[in-house]
Amino acid sequence: MSRRPTARKNEAFVVNSVSRVFGAGHTAVHALRGVDLDIPESELVVLLGPSGSGKSTLLNILGGLDRPSEGTVHFFDRDLTAMSDVELTHYRRHDVGFVFQFYNLMPSLTARENVELVTEIADDPMSSGEALALVGLEERTDHFPAQLSGGEQQRVAIARAIAKRPTVVFCDEPTGALDSQTGQAVLRVLQDVNEETGATILIVTHAAATAAMADRVIDFADGQIRDVRINEHKVSAEEIEW
Amino acid sequence: MLSPLDRKLLRDLWRVKGQATAIAAVIALGVMLLVMMDGLVNSLQETKDTYYERHRLADVFAPVKRAPDRVLDDLKAIPGVSAVVGRVNGAALIDLPAQEVPIRAQVVSLPRSGDPILNGYRLAEGRRIDSDRDNEVLLLKAFADARGLSPGDDLTATINGARRIYTIAGLAQSPEFVYTTPPGELAPDDARFAVLWMNKPALEALYDLDGAFNEAILALGRGAKLPAVLGQADRILRGYGGTGAYGLEDQVSNRFLSEEITSLRASSRGVPPIFLGVAAFLLNIVVSRMIQSERSQIGLLKAFGYGSAAVSAHYLKFILVIAVGGAVAGCLLGILAGVNVAGFYQTYYKFPFLLFRVDPAAFLVGILVSVAAASAGGIFVLRGVFVLAPATAMRPPVPADYSRSAGVVRALGRWLDQPSRMIARRLIRQPGKSVTAVLSIAAGMALSVAMLTLMSGFDRTVRVNFSLVDRSDVTVTFAEPLSRKAVHELQSIKGVVEVEPFRDVDVVLRNGLHAHRGAISGRVAEPRLNRAIDDGTNTIFLRRDGLILSEALAETLHIEPGETLTVEVREGRRPILRLPVIGVTEAFIGAPAYLQLDALNRVLGEPNRVSGSYLRTDSIYNDHIYRELKNSPAIAGVSLTDDTRASLRKLLDTGAGAMRYIMAAIAAIITFGIVYNSARIAFAEREQELASLRVMGFTRGEAAFVLLGELAVITFLALPIGSGLGYYLSHAVAAGFSTDLYRIPVMFDPASYGSAIIAVLIAAFLSGWVVKRDVDHLDMVAALKSRD
Ligand SMILES: Nc1ncnc2c1ncn2[C@@H]1O[C@H](COP(=O)(O)OP(=O)(O)O)[C@@H](O)[C@H]1O
Ligand SMILES: [Mg+2]
Repeated sequence: MSRRPTARKNEAFVVNSVSRVFGAGHTAVHALRGVDLDIPESELVVLLGPSGSGKSTLLNILGGLDRPSEGTVHFFDRDLTAMSDVELTHYRRHDVGFVFQFYNLMPSLTARENVELVTEIADDPMSSGEALALVGLEERTDHFPAQLSGGEQQRVAIARAIAKRPTVVFCDEPTGALDSQTGQAVLRVLQDVNEETGATILIVTHAAATAAMADRVIDFADGQIRDVRINEHKVSAEEIEW
Repeated sequence: MLSPLDRKLLRDLWRVKGQATAIAAVIALGVMLLVMMDGLVNSLQETKDTYYERHRLADVFAPVKRAPDRVLDDLKAIPGVSAVVGRVNGAALIDLPAQEVPIRAQVVSLPRSGDPILNGYRLAEGRRIDSDRDNEVLLLKAFADARGLSPGDDLTATINGARRIYTIAGLAQSPEFVYTTPPGELAPDDARFAVLWMNKPALEALYDLDGAFNEAILALGRGAKLPAVLGQADRILRGYGGTGAYGLEDQVSNRFLSEEITSLRASSRGVPPIFLGVAAFLLNIVVSRMIQSERSQIGLLKAFGYGSAAVSAHYLKFILVIAVGGAVAGCLLGILAGVNVAGFYQTYYKFPFLLFRVDPAAFLVGILVSVAAASAGGIFVLRGVFVLAPATAMRPPVPADYSRSAGVVRALGRWLDQPSRMIARRLIRQPGKSVTAVLSIAAGMALSVAMLTLMSGFDRTVRVNFSLVDRSDVTVTFAEPLSRKAVHELQSIKGVVEVEPFRDVDVVLRNGLHAHRGAISGRVAEPRLNRAIDDGTNTIFLRRDGLILSEALAETLHIEPGETLTVEVREGRRPILRLPVIGVTEAFIGAPAYLQLDALNRVLGEPNRVSGSYLRTDSIYNDHIYRELKNSPAIAGVSLTDDTRASLRKLLDTGAGAMRYIMAAIAAIITFGIVYNSARIAFAEREQELASLRVMGFTRGEAAFVLLGELAVITFLALPIGSGLGYYLSHAVAAGFSTDLYRIPVMFDPASYGSAIIAVLIAAFLSGWVVKRDVDHLDMVAALKSRD
């Protein structure tokens, strides 16, 4: 298989012919079928596609949670597909932030402590207060998840994801469990983070309207990329039509 | 076709198979113990009853000096008496060529022809005695087996001073001799005690009892009043040197056997419920936590339109498969173990057959307790879940509220990192879960502590008895009480270092309604070879002014120091005495009542009598000493302390005592099962969080710390509580194991606690290792997809 030269400096990810097959034989599911993709540094990228099209699968592979069945993924000049489990853990620990649909906060820790969970093991983190201020939650640092609304919990999850100053933040349906107004607020936060920290942000969603705030929109269907659009007229999250 | 719910049931069971097996195993063991013990008690009781009935064991035994056969008619006339037999019953010494110490034996007469009307026997080998042969005997099968004797062999025996050679016609077993011990000893030793049966005319000749008997045995009809019969028999036999009729309950073999059954029954009532209770408690906890983790699925099912009844039925089935599966396995295991242990019993209790039967109630109790405990755990949680609106399942779950623990954890200080805070908060915020987890491990540990304490109690019983109480080498018993001269003769045997005389007198002790048939042990004022000790293992010096009773005896008689006891002496002139009780002492073996020798002789009006002596010997001269003793006609028996110790050890290691090994093994398995389950449940509840930690870049070790840390804290909290519970449980278990023959002391034995702690730590370590592997193999993607 031909390999491209080392990724150019401003490509955060270079994805090369990635396939992912779950199971084997006639029950095998081809979640990804030969994906080629470049994601430049510091962009806000939205990955659109119907449910079951393989968006989460791709995101999990980029985030070091899963490995492709075939193909390679480079993160700057590092080959994720060649990394050991320990190296992948290290990668997630220092370079990656995750935000999930269901927040996945630790119920036994306060907002601040949930953030500190990550800053404690990071190399050059911002303070937990700083991260929570970025998501507009400086007032609620000592609240437990049970005392926060869904949108607030998701903002804590974002604060937790960005506090380590990650190179890249992956958000899998971050607004999926939220009403539109709260969802907008959460997207606003992600946009701010992108602008203020320069982190590459990859948002997976099936809500097409979200595309309006992206630098780059990837259309996904049936395990393959249908289209990649550069969005020339990026709008702020508040202006998204729901 | 299986309904989708049933298919879900099977898949769910398969998913939790490891844990389900562990729970079922704990249940199975609790039920197994119950069924096994119950089966054992039933079987022994039933076998005993059948055996007694088949060979017509008498209900009353009335020894006399000499009574003419016509007196039997008077006895027969007592209301309630259905049959009477007069027989000759005496002591014999058997002389085996290879044996220095003569072997003590009992010799009993048989009617010249036909089956005995009472106290029949079962011919195991050979043939009956020829009615014309005076030199033929039947020999107790157990003794013959132990000594390798068979029908046709010769046997030299001294009966009433006459030494003759007899021929063994056959080997017999009898309900009168199911359990035999050498006279004066508690533990059986087949090789050192024999029973001979002979034609009555032959024995009459030897004892000079022509046309007479020295023991009447009576059978009672239905509704007969034993005390009345005993009273009338005593009155009739008084003129013939009657020494007091007694009922079957005081017959030696029956007493031991009944005692064993009673103590087995006590431990079968006392101990298995403790085990089953712990198992049920555990099952309850595990089931409620399992159901708790199914919360959102329950909500979903309800959202789909399943009614509460259908959902409950689904989960109850889930619980019942585990509980009933475990209980049924326990029943089968219990029968299997019971049959084996019962077979084991036959080495001590010489039954020619054994009927094994378990009371169906035991199965029922086992299964019902398991099912009730499991269902209670399930229903409690289901009720809580049902009050949730089905819609709850459609939204992300509300995280558990940890805010109440904030203050406490903050107070724990800045030094806690976030993972430690997670551990601390979980423990504090969910006190119910933490407490039950701690308690269940503590309960398992308590079982182990109790069983280990019991084991060391058994050891201590033997150790104390033979290192502190009995320090003699040889015990010599005289055929009848002799003067002090006999002691001096013993003293003069070369190699005898020290002689300590004693006098044991058969008595009935009475305190109001409470009575005990036993003996008063007359001992020298400052015994050295066979001492009474207090619970601090100091020697108690015997006094002239009253009796010192063993604790067990004082309890039986409900008497305390300062009170007075009625003593009916059953030998000599048979006086009735009133003696004060002046002290109580610990005695692990038997139930002695001590009095100073001189004082005993004085109240009996028989100065200077001794019935035997303890000897300390120089072992180089032992052969010489035994030879001398063997040739002395006054000596009825010689027992070596080494032999006695060995047979006592054997006694404690078999029968009811042996149950301790089985129970200890079960306790260990249950303890392990509990710890393992706690770890598994903790893992299931944390899977989501652990996956999140791994996603955020925590290493496997760091993620596992959150789980193992919690397990460690819970385990460490359980250790002191388990020790405390174990202390109390030890008393319950020891009481269940103690018998009239021996008492199992409950001592604080650090080694038992240490071992139990180590067992729990090993269980925790292994369980931790297993869940650590699960943390390592955690599927991050899959775990994050599910919402709870
Ligand atoms: N662990 C898995 N095992 C089997 N099939 C899977 C697994 N994960 C995802 N799939 C399948 O792969 C396809 C893509 O899934 P996913 O990436 O989650 O889609 P999306 O996020 O776009 O909704 C789906 O058909 C899904 O059923
Ligand atoms: Mg998805």
